[in-house]
Amino acid sequence: MALGPYASFIVTSYALVTAMVLILIVWIAIDYRRQQARLRELEASGVTRRSGRNATDI
Amino acid sequence: MTLLDLANPTKFLSLTARVLPWLAGATAILLLIGLYQSAMAPDDYQQGATVKIMFIHVPNAWLMFVWGVMSLSALGTLVWRHPLADVAAKAAAPIGAAFTFLALVTGSLWGRPMWGTYWEWDARLTSVLILFLMYLGLIALWRAVDDPSRAARAAAILTLVGAINLPIIKFSVDWWNTLHQPASVMRMGGPSLDKAFLIPLLVMAVGFSLLFVTLHLAAMRNEILRRRVRALQMMQASQQAA
Repeated sequence: MALGPYASFIVTSYALVTAMVLILIVWIAIDYRRQQARLRELEASGVTRRSGRNATDI
Repeated sequence: MTLLDLANPTKFLSLTARVLPWLAGATAILLLIGLYQSAMAPDDYQQGATVKIMFIHVPNAWLMFVWGVMSLSALGTLVWRHPLADVAAKAAAPIGAAFTFLALVTGSLWGRPMWGTYWEWDARLTSVLILFLMYLGLIALWRAVDDPSRAARAAAILTLVGAINLPIIKFSVDWWNTLHQPASVMRMGGPSLDKAFLIPLLVMAVGFSLLFVTLHLAAMRNEILRRRVRALQMMQASQQAA
């Protein structure tokens, strides 16, 4: 696959899109873990939901 | 499970937990197929290999219309005052901003070799830049207002006002004389693209759309958990005060 004289533009475009998608995935995954950790902390301190379920229960 | 059940955050979380792995798998498979097809697509007789940028630029450009999804959610916030509507809009905004940013940057990288310039203040490029700035403004608004219900109403109004920009973006290439080319897929009379380019483009577009759905559901799940954390913290504070 020859990309011709503008290879740098093509490669940069694909690299940027890949990087941004990975950043979104990692950011969402870290945020999920952070919220789960906060809920576990609250549960450990004795706070319960009005429904009586555990804070981390889905 | 009915559609109405999904309006319940707990049931929504339960559904999300089951659906997300399948969606993520389907997204990965489609994007891999699309990338392979994009790599194997022939060079364009005018643009040469730079046509490959189209396979990522166009799907990202279509996904900047996530603002349309947010506008529907804004109606849900203002008319039915449903908390999940604001959750959906708030979760979609950073993802929409990211796709809009990618559309701008990949378009710029495609424009330099084809037009001889990275940027031109024409109607299409300028209206998309305005959309990107509106995404950033909306995200800032949600962060600036502490009370979620007040932030939700303000954000919903701003979202609906901003929706005026969507038809301007779509039809800018028809209404004004722009450097940006007119639509070549979603147009009267069908796509003008050859199948060798159209098929990889559509596979990538479906792949990116599934990617948006996957990321959006995951971000909505996080936002629901964030609100649960806030509710429990308030409960804890009131218990300590009593």
